[in-house]
Amino acid sequence: MYKYFPHTDEDLKAMLEKVGVETLDELYPQIPESIRFKGDYQIDLTEGEMGVRRVFNKLGAENKQLTCFAGYGVYDHYTPSVIPNLLQRSEFLTSYTPYQAEISQGTLHYIFEYQSMMAELTGMDISNASMYDGTTACAEAMMMAVAAGKKVNKVLVSETLNPKTRQVLDTYALHHGIELVTIPAKDGVTDLSALNSPLSSLEGVAGVMVQQPNVFGIVEDYTGFADACHAQKALFIMDCVAADLAVLKTPGEWGADIAVGDGQSLGIPMQFGGPYVGYMCCTEKLIRKMPGRIVGMTKDNREQRAFVLTLQAREQHIRRQKATSNICSNQSLMALFVTIYMSLMGKKGVKEAAQLSYAGAHYLCDELLKTGRFHLVYDKPFFNEFYVKYDGDADQLYQKFIDAGFLGGVRMEEGFLFAVTENRTKEEIDNLVKIAAL
Amino acid sequence: MNNKLYGNLIFELSKEGRIGYSLPGNNFGNYEIPTSMCRAEDAALPECDELTVVRHYTNLSNNNFGVDTGFYPLGSCTMKYNPKINEEMAALPQFQNLHPEQPAETVKGAEKLISILEHHLCELTGLAHFTFKPYAGAHGELTGLMVIDNYHRSRGDLQRKKVIVPDSAHGTNPASAAVCGLEIIEVKSQADGTVDLEDLKRLVEQEKDNIAAMMMTNPNTLGLFEKSIPEIATLIHDCGGLMYYDGANLNPMLGVCRPGDMGFDVMHINLHKTFSTPHGGGGPGSGPVGVREGLQEFFPFVSPYNGNFAVMMRAFAYILSLGKEYVKKVGPLATLNANYIKESLKDVYELPIDTMCCHEFVFDGLKDKSTGVTTMDVAKRLLDYGYHAPTIYFPLLFHESLMIEPTENESKETLDAFIAVMRKIAEEAKTNPDEVKSAPHNTPIGRVDDVLAAKHPVTTYRQLKAEL
Repeated sequence: MYKYFPHTDEDLKAMLEKVGVETLDELYPQIPESIRFKGDYQIDLTEGEMGVRRVFNKLGAENKQLTCFAGYGVYDHYTPSVIPNLLQRSEFLTSYTPYQAEISQGTLHYIFEYQSMMAELTGMDISNASMYDGTTACAEAMMMAVAAGKKVNKVLVSETLNPKTRQVLDTYALHHGIELVTIPAKDGVTDLSALNSPLSSLEGVAGVMVQQPNVFGIVEDYTGFADACHAQKALFIMDCVAADLAVLKTPGEWGADIAVGDGQSLGIPMQFGGPYVGYMCCTEKLIRKMPGRIVGMTKDNREQRAFVLTLQAREQHIRRQKATSNICSNQSLMALFVTIYMSLMGKKGVKEAAQLSYAGAHYLCDELLKTGRFHLVYDKPFFNEFYVKYDGDADQLYQKFIDAGFLGGVRMEEGFLFAVTENRTKEEIDNLVKIAAL
Repeated sequence: MNNKLYGNLIFELSKEGRIGYSLPGNNFGNYEIPTSMCRAEDAALPECDELTVVRHYTNLSNNNFGVDTGFYPLGSCTMKYNPKINEEMAALPQFQNLHPEQPAETVKGAEKLISILEHHLCELTGLAHFTFKPYAGAHGELTGLMVIDNYHRSRGDLQRKKVIVPDSAHGTNPASAAVCGLEIIEVKSQADGTVDLEDLKRLVEQEKDNIAAMMMTNPNTLGLFEKSIPEIATLIHDCGGLMYYDGANLNPMLGVCRPGDMGFDVMHINLHKTFSTPHGGGGPGSGPVGVREGLQEFFPFVSPYNGNFAVMMRAFAYILSLGKEYVKKVGPLATLNANYIKESLKDVYELPIDTMCCHEFVFDGLKDKSTGVTTMDVAKRLLDYGYHAPTIYFPLLFHESLMIEPTENESKETLDAFIAVMRKIAEEAKTNPDEVKSAPHNTPIGRVDDVLAAKHPVTTYRQLKAEL
């Protein structure tokens, strides 16, 4: 037997006897012989623990470790050592969704803290208990806008949204019967004047979705958007990089009805695409339209403060096909991750990290421009990510970066999209620039 | 567990001037963020030192119950052991530091891992291809239904929008169908808990060209294997529909029977159930979707990269650990454990369908209903004795559903102790029903007021402070 199975021969005998059969094979009398699996799976024999380590180390060695200057929605921020350590507390790690409040106060308590912190960060009234990631949070916001509207199924999406997010939106929209219309961009930013053009008229629109900073790293000015939306009863939805909100004007201040995005920037490792955590916040009046879990405060029968999953009448296990979403789990452990991150970094630390990222990115940009071979594609204010054109062979330079151990941004049509976080040192930036200047 | 001491919110431990981080100084020069870009006020996050934060969350964890704490017989959730080696592997920096936009030549190891895992899952399910984009089981259901919808659209079969679902199905099935723009029609269960073939034939006859798919979990939510599955698959295929397998109950099938061989075309797997990745208090999970050859071109773009890659790494470590010889033991041992509990308790708990079950089974409350002790009471009393409660009031087929799933990792001693407590509670229901009805007594908090929470939602610290 393997170490995960405690059954001794003696146990097996006694248990089979209780069940009234003689062998394990006889436990499945209902399965027709014709479909029973009788062969061997074509997979390897057990590796045991040492073998597992060998396989992973071998595969790991085939990955190249690069100093990361890429972003595009996923950022190499610093992870305080406390977090992975606390996340391994198996009382958190190996528990299920907190249905039994009496023995799940740990989870319920931190989700309440998470919701509180996200509401502060976004400047919104309330938050749900988290979503899968930023792109699916956007898709849920799109469907939420349509559900909240009255017989409207059109959603406008800015051209400056990350194309990957847009692709996820397109997928959901196709099946859910939502019409997506693009608001064109002008000089790298969403064109407000286009909102009133016939193509993207606000009439009959359920929601308008924009991104901050946008796909090019530009901090857009969304003055007038919320008013234009609200005048036509459309919801204004902002998709924001969570960490940047420590400094940037919040969705609440812009007048957004729904704030969504990815929380990965709050210290979660990039880990090749996931798990991350999506967030969704909204105004109080939309609370009953919100998808996903929500934790609320209450009292127990001993008059103690307690926390509990609430407003479950919105959810799939009660409402089935009439639920606000099919979402079942949230991204609980990753919500714990960012909650601990925000607890450690606190009011000052999140700001300082954002300022360092901003400074590092602007320093890199200045140094690249100084080489005379790079130009900003759009002359607009950016945060910690920027889009530059290169006057040489960009593919070749990108490869040179890799050979030198750098992930030199993300290759875009016209050049490179570079991102810098507090995790990058001046020395690393200078070395990158040296290669770029050659 | 001392809720009195550790009941504070992190915000209530905050004191201005404390910090819990260390960041380098700014040596990039003077780059001021223009105030026009900035928020008016700082985010009101707590200010705490590192030990305060560590102690707060460590103590919070003490108010939680996980598989590592004790027996967790939560039906339908497959709360099996989450091996530690999986965690060690998922934390390897060679994988953790990979940006998802890195060029292929720099992530060969990660790509190889994904392709070997895909091969493993194909072998174990009898399907031909998997997409790892879905982040969770419900996301996988939605993805699978999109595959089906895309398939029908590609053939110009635009009217195929109906999905047949048994009345015992998981709530996510109809919800996922609705998100996918599909309509649910329910097929009845027979007295023995399996699909009523006559009712199914009637539905198929009636809806014929409108049927997109039939969605099933097998064994079903009562833990019973649908013995007519070959006939059901033929019925659906003959009318042009596809068969969708909800992988929530895949665990007892490992080593026994594969969804592909049962006649299913599309399925999702909950890696956080069958393949031992931790539930994490409700995520992150992973819900890869598998399809029969030819359907892979219909995989939709439901997330940007490789799904929850670090969760997939854990599942991969688990399959490597067991290997082909031990992975076959998973299903039979899970099934043995479930039947053992069932047989040991059916004289005191109502067993509506008395037959061999798979990995789980459902009681309809206590046999003796005269005491007024409900399934809720039994569940809460179990907490007093140091057990997690079974799934309660699901499936909806019975009024007092109590759904027990022990998994293959539990020893006979653990099961015997649980059985003894379940019998003790049944006895208490007769001798001291009030003790059971007012349970739990030994937990950090007592029963909570759900109505208060929903009637007057307080969901943030900001609202909480305003209440004071």
